Amino acid sequence: MTIVRPYGDTTGDGMVQLSFTLPIPYDKRAEGAALQLAAKMGMDPAMLVHSRQMGDGFTFFVVYGRVRHLVDTEQVQVVERDFPLLSAKEVNAAIKRGLRRRLSVVGACIGTDAHTVGIDAILNLKGIAGEKGLESYREMAVLNMGSQVSVPELVEAAREARADAVLVSQVVTQRDAHLHNTRALSAAFREALPAGRRPLLIAGGPRFDELMAGELGVDRIFGRGTTPREVASYLVHAVVEGTR
Amino acid sequence: MAGKLDLDPRVVRKARRLAARAGQPVVDLARSHTTVSVERAVLRLAGVRGADPDGIPWVNRLVDAVVADVGLEHGVSLPVFDALRDYGDITVLAQKAAAGAVRFRVPSSSHAARRTAVKFARVGLARVDRRRAERDRLIKRWGDPSQRPWIYLIVATGDIHEDIPQAQAAARAGADVIAVIRSTGQSLLDYVPEGATREGFAGTYATQENFRLMRAALDETSKELGRYVRLTNYASGLCMPEMAVMAGLERLDMMLNDSMYGILFRDINPIRTFVDQRFSRQVHARAGIIINTGEDNYLTTADPVEAAHTVTVSQLLNEFFAHEAGLADPQLGIGHAFEINPDVPESFRLELAHALLARELFPDAPLKWMPPTKHMTGDVFRGNLLDGFFNLAGAMTGQSILLVGMMTEAVVTPWLSDRDIALQNVRYVLGAAGNLHEDFVPARGGFIQRRAHQVLGEAIDLLDRIADDTLLNAIADGTFGIMRRPADRGKGLDGVAAHAGDYFNPVTELLEAS
Ligand code: B12
Repeated sequence: MTIVRPYGDTTGDGMVQLSFTLPIPYDKRAEGAALQLAAKMGMDPAMLVHSRQMGDGFTFFVVYGRVRHLVDTEQVQVVERDFPLLSAKEVNAAIKRGLRRRLSVVGACIGTDAHTVGIDAILNLKGIAGEKGLESYREMAVLNMGSQVSVPELVEAAREARADAVLVSQVVTQRDAHLHNTRALSAAFREALPAGRRPLLIAGGPRFDELMAGELGVDRIFGRGTTPREVASYLVHAVVEGTR
Repeated sequence: MAGKLDLDPRVVRKARRLAARAGQPVVDLARSHTTVSVERAVLRLAGVRGADPDGIPWVNRLVDAVVADVGLEHGVSLPVFDALRDYGDITVLAQKAAAGAVRFRVPSSSHAARRTAVKFARVGLARVDRRRAERDRLIKRWGDPSQRPWIYLIVATGDIHEDIPQAQAAARAGADVIAVIRSTGQSLLDYVPEGATREGFAGTYATQENFRLMRAALDETSKELGRYVRLTNYASGLCMPEMAVMAGLERLDMMLNDSMYGILFRDINPIRTFVDQRFSRQVHARAGIIINTGEDNYLTTADPVEAAHTVTVSQLLNEFFAHEAGLADPQLGIGHAFEINPDVPESFRLELAHALLARELFPDAPLKWMPPTKHMTGDVFRGNLLDGFFNLAGAMTGQSILLVGMMTEAVVTPWLSDRDIALQNVRYVLGAAGNLHEDFVPARGGFIQRRAHQVLGEAIDLLDRIADDTLLNAIADGTFGIMRRPADRGKGLDGVAAHAGDYFNPVTELLEAS
């Protein structure tokens, strides 16, 4: 069975909950408007269970209802891990064997983003979730440039460090800042270095769509809850084994 | 102090003594240096307005021109007011200077320039004084919030014209304080943008015109509500002193102003920050503005249990620096936060211990209580519960200013409905348990008391070490928020100069004389 429906309290009931705001004051018509939206979104029947006016011209709604849509789990598209998850020891051994030198990694938060906790979790010794960061890998040379680094600075540093991989973090997403900055990054590297000498480009942050790597011109995107080991294993896969 | 934690007053006095010993060298440093932003702030008070066609303010152009001719170490006031004789209008002088038409000198017999500078500075400070008196009058007319804590809400659309209706709606829904968060990146601009702005990222640019527009809108709403709604912005980043001046001129009521935030979280040079800090706090003191310190932030990069004492240390340092700059206790919105991982056993009791410790250490300060952020996740339902506990801890420990937590903290900058739900949460807790602090007395020798004593003890040990090793070294070593910031690095260092023997700053002179 690859076809499923949402589950409320009975298999196949298709029940979902939804909340939203409409820019109109509360009255009977507003309730009707909310139900109309729910219907257009495929909720049928829809139950308006809560509405509350906020300020002069806005109303907040909670709707429960049944959706007709079927989900086919076989047609889901995700970026699945297409490389083996290695231990630190295996990562170090693979680099030593494959590169015969240390793997050079340069990381930064670019643009005006000052959120370093995420990239630090990946790079710094301390790591996250019980896993140590890339700095703890004997066979990696890691330069963490910190936050609010400009793209030209990063390109320069990557060139100097002969980076095999450049890791950037983007946490602020308002007005698509993360997308603009990542595009600027990939464009700059394309311009500065010929294809063969360009480092692997990796972007990360909690609100990225991992499917957008190609569109943004980077090799890979890592999202929420990434651990250093996953990144290290990917680096082995892409740089050492040259599969990118 | 017959408090709820049985703190030994001698230990508390010792903590303050150590904070003063650790802080004094930094004050000495601040007193003997100036920065481009301090000098620009002086010129703003003296009345330089507007920007060139590229949006660079005339104060920047003027200071740059003076520095190019005679350097920064004398301060810009003597050269500028000496040159003013030939131009009459100070903004015209700035424009001419930018065009390269003025040669500045440090006048040798400087009496006339000095007198003119003091006269201009007096006029500027008189405007700040009038705004302060106006605030007092309006508070008398419209009244303060009827409850404590005051309810503090953030707006952050990036567009001042979108912010205004949101802020007004928030005030009508119960907010007592509105903070307009700044756009990312503004802290590192070495100038203040001009005019009304509509294009910030995750926040709205702080400009004098935006300040004015928002204050006017909130005045309208205050009148309508019969309650004075306060306005907050940020005196931080590379233009901290200028922000302080603008806030004084436009009657803002509170300003975020932490002694170390810029160093730790924006990598601004430590000396630049401390010099800017002292001047901005002197201006805030004069303007009757309540500062908010930023200890909550350390707990997002360091562990809130392990590093609890670093918050206490920073609070004591912030207090020392604030008093030294002339701020009174009712102006010290000392910050702290509910950031312990909810999976840690007894996390709520630990939070109560930390919150009560701050309350008892600073009994006359309007403490600013900050909500959970780091351990908020996409599970907004759980987030709303956590915010409820945060509100409850605030009520139980008598916090003064409560920054309303949003269940969508980990997802977006708050939506209209997020704010409404968050306010319902606050209202429920304050309505049901707002006076619980009257009954809440932790058991003698119990968990909460023991924890508070432990944190204070660790804070004293750390202060002891800092006092011996210097605060600048402690910051360099990553003592706060595990961020390492050496004193000879960071942004904005090239805009700092040690005072020459004839350094002169009319504003500092007037502020320190009063
Ligand atoms: C801590 C924090 C801060 C701290 C940052 C301290 C620091 N040195 O990093 C401080 C207080 C300084 C801060 C400031 C601001 N913040 Co903030 N902050 C947060 C907070 C609470 C937690 C973020 C965090 O540390 N998460 C923990 C880490 C471990 O998770 P992570 O970043 O997702 O990283 C993981 C993965 O995503 C991934 N990953 C991340 N990067 C990378 C990179 C690579 C290469 C890889 C492989 C993987 C990877 O791996 C990591 C480990 O699993 C969030 C809210 C929240 N709960 O999420 C808001 C939040 C991120 N902040 C926000 C905002 C708006 C700001 C400000 C702009 C506010 C303002 N206007 O002043 C300023 C930013 C100024 C600036 N110039 O950027 C918004 C962003 C909204 C948006 N989506 O655009 C949030 C979501 C809060 C909100 N709802 O408003 N903030």
